[in-house]
Amino acid sequence: MSKGFFVNLVRFVVLVFLQVFLLKNISVYNLSVPYPYILFIFLLPFETPNFLLFVLAFMMGITIDAFYDTPGLHTAACVLLAFVRILFISITVQKDGFDNEPEPTLTNMGFTWFFTYIVVLTLIHHFFLFSLEAFNFSEIQYTIGRVLMSSIFTVFLILISGLLFLRRKERK
Amino acid sequence: MVNLIQHRRLSRHHSLFTTHLLIIHFSPLTTMRNLLVFITKYNAFFLFLIFEVFALIIYVKYNSFQNASFVNSSNEITGNLYARVNEFNEYLSLKEVNDSLARENTRLRNTLKSTFYIDSVSKHKSSDTIYKKQYVYIIAKVINNSVNRANNYITINRGLEQGVAKGMGVICNLGIVGKVVYVSDHFAVVQSLLHKDSQFSAMLANNKEIGTIQWNDDLDPHKGILKDVSNNALPKLGELVVTSGYSLFPEGIPIGRISNLHIKGGGYSLNMEVALSVDFSKLLFVNVVENKFATEQSGLEAQQKKNE
Repeated sequence: MSKGFFVNLVRFVVLVFLQVFLLKNISVYNLSVPYPYILFIFLLPFETPNFLLFVLAFMMGITIDAFYDTPGLHTAACVLLAFVRILFISITVQKDGFDNEPEPTLTNMGFTWFFTYIVVLTLIHHFFLFSLEAFNFSEIQYTIGRVLMSSIFTVFLILISGLLFLRRKERK
Repeated sequence: MVNLIQHRRLSRHHSLFTTHLLIIHFSPLTTMRNLLVFITKYNAFFLFLIFEVFALIIYVKYNSFQNASFVNSSNEITGNLYARVNEFNEYLSLKEVNDSLARENTRLRNTLKSTFYIDSVSKHKSSDTIYKKQYVYIIAKVINNSVNRANNYITINRGLEQGVAKGMGVICNLGIVGKVVYVSDHFAVVQSLLHKDSQFSAMLANNKEIGTIQWNDDLDPHKGILKDVSNNALPKLGELVVTSGYSLFPEGIPIGRISNLHIKGGGYSLNMEVALSVDFSKLLFVNVVENKFATEQSGLEAQQKKNE
């Protein structure tokens, strides 16, 4: 328990720093903006109580918001993401498998499941985030373009990080 | 439902208590328990509703009332972190800073009185009381910046203690940047021109036709739109667009050059695309403009509004 807590704390801090000081300055033609900080919510253990999950998602969102000067925007998107995560996991994963596979990582769950999980949740998060930011239906095509391009970038970064840690586990 | 059947079964066995149990069954306590069972069964959804509503309240409140909030980069923790990281980044852009400072020096030197040839012989000195200083500039360093979102903000390392106040204009050596929206003791957040709500009064440099400058709809950080210019104006491609002096800035500060005359617009006015002269992604130092007469002017205008 304490080890899991420590790992997640480190993951939280590292992802926030990466997002705020590095990835905030990166964008491709202003169309594709990556938000891989949501990896923190993706990788929380299966057995996290729902309330704790929402609290952590809320904290992650408000931390990112504090640096991006957009109070509530990322928070709302993260809370939605937490809810969709609960639905997705309850549909696709059997509860008795939780003992051997504590966390929904690439190593534990295999590529197909992990990829679907990441793509679906990232698309929902990004769509909510960008449409809430634009707050406008007249530019819906542009918003959807941004959602798709940014999701590709985010999924790409998350998969890279997944592969990185996959290797490290096999070496042991 | 299960409860009901169980109660009925019980009541069959102990017929004495039948009426009694029926009363309990419809009492508020059981209803309450059923409600609790319902909520715990779908707890994820209810928790989601609670947290989401809370987040959206923060989002909407911040956007509509523009009240100073603790969750922004002018607070002490995030402000200091940004300042610390900025110290490292500064070294990487020293060359560009030097170049821009040298250019600005040359420009200012050209406006010095001593560079002009004086063809009249001055006979006596007079103390000049016509001019009174109206604008004061406060130098500030950009410690946080963005150009790739629908609403962009800039954080600077000057705040209340250095005389920065809400509503002041911000410029840099190339042109206008935005206006101050939040101030803390040592930091301030600037709503950049690259923001959906940013609008400043501007004019064509040659024939002084007034218009409004705002960001382009397609979120390109290098393009703005000059709106509501009178149909009598004859703008040319490449003509300079400057501030008009009606808003937060002194007159004649550059904004950009006209890059496209043929964009769709309203019938009674001309709209044109402006290539902004400031590269917002490379902002390093800015000047906060303090208008000494701002309170006097706004007070007078408020009085006029009250009379109407």
